[in-house]
Amino acid sequence: MTRQDAGPRTGPGLPTGHARATGARRRAAYPYAFYLPAGIVYVVIFLVPTVMAFYFSLTRWTLFDSEFVGLQNFRDFFAEQNLSIGFANTFVYAVLTSGLKVVLGLLLGVLLTSKLRLRGFLRSVVFFPVLVSTVAVGITFSVLLRPDTGLVNKTLALVGIDGPDWLGDATTALLSVALVDVWKGVGLATVIYIAGILSIPQEYHQAVAVDGGSAWHRFRHVTLPLSWPATYSVIILSFIGGLRSFDLIWTMTRGGPGFTSDTIASIIYKQYQAGFYGLSTAGNVILFVVVTAIAVPLTWFLGKRQVAA
Amino acid sequence: MRTLRRFGAEGAALVVATVVFLIPFALMLLTAVKDEEQAIDLDFAWPTSWPVVENLMAVIEARDYVLLRAYVNSTVLTVASVALIVVFAAMAAFVLQRRPGKVAKVADLLVLSGLIIPPAVVPTIWLLQTLGLFKTMPGLILAEVAFNLSFAMLLFKAFIAAIPRELDEAAQIDGCGGVKLFFRVVFPLLRPVTITVILTSSVAVFNDFVNPLYLLPGDDNATVQVTLYNFQSQYSTQWNLLFMDIVLITIPPLLLFVFFNRKIVAGMTAGAIKG
Amino acid sequence: MKTSHRTLGAALAVLAMTALTSCGSGPEPASDGTVTLSFLVDNSQATVDTAKALADAFMRADPTIKIETETRPGGSEGDNIVKTRLSTGDMADVFWYNSGSLLQALNPAQSMLDLTGDPVLANVQESFLPVVSQDGKVYGVPAGTAMGGGILYNRKVYDKLGLRVPKSWAEFMANNDKIKASGVTPVIATFKDTWSSQLFVLGDYYNVQAAVPAFAQDYTANKAKFAATPAAMAGFEHLAELHAKGLLNEGFGSATVDQGMKMLVEGKGAHYAMLSAQLPPLVDTMPQAATDIGFFGIPGADPATNGATIWEPPGIYVAKTTEHAEAAKKFLAFVASPPAADAVNKVVAPPGPYRIDGAELPGDAIQAAKDLQAYIDAGDSAPALEFVSPVKGPSLEQITVAVGSGLTKPAEGAAQYDKDVEKQAKQLGLAGW
Repeated sequence: MTRQDAGPRTGPGLPTGHARATGARRRAAYPYAFYLPAGIVYVVIFLVPTVMAFYFSLTRWTLFDSEFVGLQNFRDFFAEQNLSIGFANTFVYAVLTSGLKVVLGLLLGVLLTSKLRLRGFLRSVVFFPVLVSTVAVGITFSVLLRPDTGLVNKTLALVGIDGPDWLGDATTALLSVALVDVWKGVGLATVIYIAGILSIPQEYHQAVAVDGGSAWHRFRHVTLPLSWPATYSVIILSFIGGLRSFDLIWTMTRGGPGFTSDTIASIIYKQYQAGFYGLSTAGNVILFVVVTAIAVPLTWFLGKRQVAA
Repeated sequence: MRTLRRFGAEGAALVVATVVFLIPFALMLLTAVKDEEQAIDLDFAWPTSWPVVENLMAVIEARDYVLLRAYVNSTVLTVASVALIVVFAAMAAFVLQRRPGKVAKVADLLVLSGLIIPPAVVPTIWLLQTLGLFKTMPGLILAEVAFNLSFAMLLFKAFIAAIPRELDEAAQIDGCGGVKLFFRVVFPLLRPVTITVILTSSVAVFNDFVNPLYLLPGDDNATVQVTLYNFQSQYSTQWNLLFMDIVLITIPPLLLFVFFNRKIVAGMTAGAIKG
Repeated sequence: MKTSHRTLGAALAVLAMTALTSCGSGPEPASDGTVTLSFLVDNSQATVDTAKALADAFMRADPTIKIETETRPGGSEGDNIVKTRLSTGDMADVFWYNSGSLLQALNPAQSMLDLTGDPVLANVQESFLPVVSQDGKVYGVPAGTAMGGGILYNRKVYDKLGLRVPKSWAEFMANNDKIKASGVTPVIATFKDTWSSQLFVLGDYYNVQAAVPAFAQDYTANKAKFAATPAAMAGFEHLAELHAKGLLNEGFGSATVDQGMKMLVEGKGAHYAMLSAQLPPLVDTMPQAATDIGFFGIPGADPATNGATIWEPPGIYVAKTTEHAEAAKKFLAFVASPPAADAVNKVVAPPGPYRIDGAELPGDAIQAAKDLQAYIDAGDSAPALEFVSPVKGPSLEQITVAVGSGLTKPAEGAAQYDKDVEKQAKQLGLAGW
């Protein structure tokens, strides 16, 4: 607490002293001790069990005892017949949901920060689905998407379209779940965008207005680039969430019909449910590697753009 | 002419949003007030009878008033977890954003891992058992904190980035050290994102289904999401009671939102963050 | 840095406070000599009602023991909870769980009280014991009744069209054609509840064992395969045939068991491959479920060997970690006695025969239960494969949905199931895999 006093008094003519003082001041202003509470909880409750799980992925594990089997679980996991469908579905699902959340979230964010009279009401309405538990959303939409009595097909019938059995048909099941995921998640993306757009200093908007820029000009040159941190958060969160997602898929289709809407996470969960704990943890390790392989370059790339922007 | 078009556009937005976002809620409410036989049809038909009170009482009384106990448990769980998440994550994110270097890189990686790695349920149980925290509320709270920290940190970090460093420096000149700087100067500026974090982590914790089921089992310890199982079993479902339960357990987050909604707007339009 | 300590202190205080406010109900000391047993059951209505009837009747008979029932989800979610709680030594004193192959995965020798030769089993039928045993040791008593797994059919539809109960698959298909012509859905399928799709395969086991008597042993020993045994393949082929000929209800892919049962009872569908235990909970709201719905075993190729596949009742077991073994045994002895059956009959209509000596099906039993009893009395019944072999693959329900929706060829489906089973057998560490 005493070191910081030296900081501001250092004259600009002494570059080395200045650098040292800045470092000291930084240490005082941003103490590593701030990491401690979060770090302890995280490491003990999350990281330690995760590392234990990595060990169990090398065993045949019944919960009652475990037997070391080396890489057998990984071989078995890759031999899973529906694994290629699972990989493809996982990727499609993640791209589709995160893409739609970015586009719709940004549009809604812009709309709901404009001078709309019903802004407050619409903000609430868009955010409502975020508040409902995934299980409840899954149950409700399974009902709405029923082929005969469901509202979606009844509405389509009004305009003469014979709607499919959305969740029971292999061609539409995954798509339907992805759209429901967007319905549920877009409110969060919108809020992140609203916060991002509102944190853009007014001066920028005024500058563009003085230049006589159109609304589109303003969006293209101020809102879009300056809400980049929001875009970054939305992409990272929804993409990783999409890769990992399983609870909505599980409540709505259980990976079915057959294996057609299985994702890696639902395959892992089914193995877990079947009591193949070792195999399922091996799957978790693989999922982790896959997500890391995609997410780390993505964060790096997006992070670089963030700096550039 | 222009105002007319504006009205038209606003009207259209209103109608679309209402249809897309509110119809599912209408279905929940409608089914919740039907009798069991009609509820099986799961359509938008107007209820032939209105056993609202009967359904409500049936849901509340089910399994020896488990729902009321569940409300208490969920409230304790949510409030405690979210308080810890907000304080822990904001502190860590602040240092993480302001002090780049090797430590920050490791912390970044850990945050990302937290988002990526699905929690391993069974080893977590063993660990909590070793610590004597299995089947206890503090154990479950710590687990929820650990699982939700990463998301909160990501949000905090992104918004701390928007707070100009000059502010810190000015505060330091005024003699504010690390702790003071953070809690007196920076943390209040984080209000908008803090509210977002409170809201999202409350919803995540309150709506969590899997962790309470495993880490705090037993009817006495049930949380609200677990009560959904009471009306939906592998073999049959009492749809009217299930939806009444859904409606009842959706009310607390909805109230939280209604309460915080204005604060979000107020906090944001107050212009706390200005370049 | 003082303030930072204070913050940490505050955080700890929050923790401590939550610890105080969240004190669960620990084991309460018995002040008056009564013992409290915890009893974990799954949350299906029939189970909860049965468990409550058993507990209430027992507490009336023995006021010194109090039973507290606790529920858990059913299905594989429930399997995991039971496994987790057993392996962490945190199981209720007594618990309700499947008999047969699922029991094998619970490692009973380590986790449950051995009841072999115990007087608790006095009234239990000898032929039931194998399904609650591992390595010759007995661990449970039957809870509730056995049930039939086959075709539930609407007798009103049959009467109206003048149909006879089919004895062979060909007759069954002929009936289906006539039913379809009359505008009623011949066969109900409800693939949203995936488990219901397995019945055509699992319920066909009577026919499999009639054609290949040694199938169960060979199958357990990794010598017989579904894909290589025509009789065992038949179930998969039936599913594919029903779909290919358009005999299923519209929207079968997203229909649920609730909807299916309602269709059947209302006569909108004629046949439904299902467990007879689905009927009793419906009788309250739809009384005709008791009289209008009959049961027949899934017919096979040969009309001369016609019979029904039955599902054994689940078991009630005692956790090894219990501190009240004596009280728990008293409860089990009561469960496995005719008075317990009487108590249950008053609350839940039995969907099949009891496995307790001296416990009879009541005179006003539902029609499907009577039909099932007739098969048993005639000696034309066999337990499902999961009760005579520990091997059951976890993915059968997805495979049968795929076959029954025309996504997978039956031969391919059977081969997939054989692979699925291999994983399970390896997990159990069975010889020969």
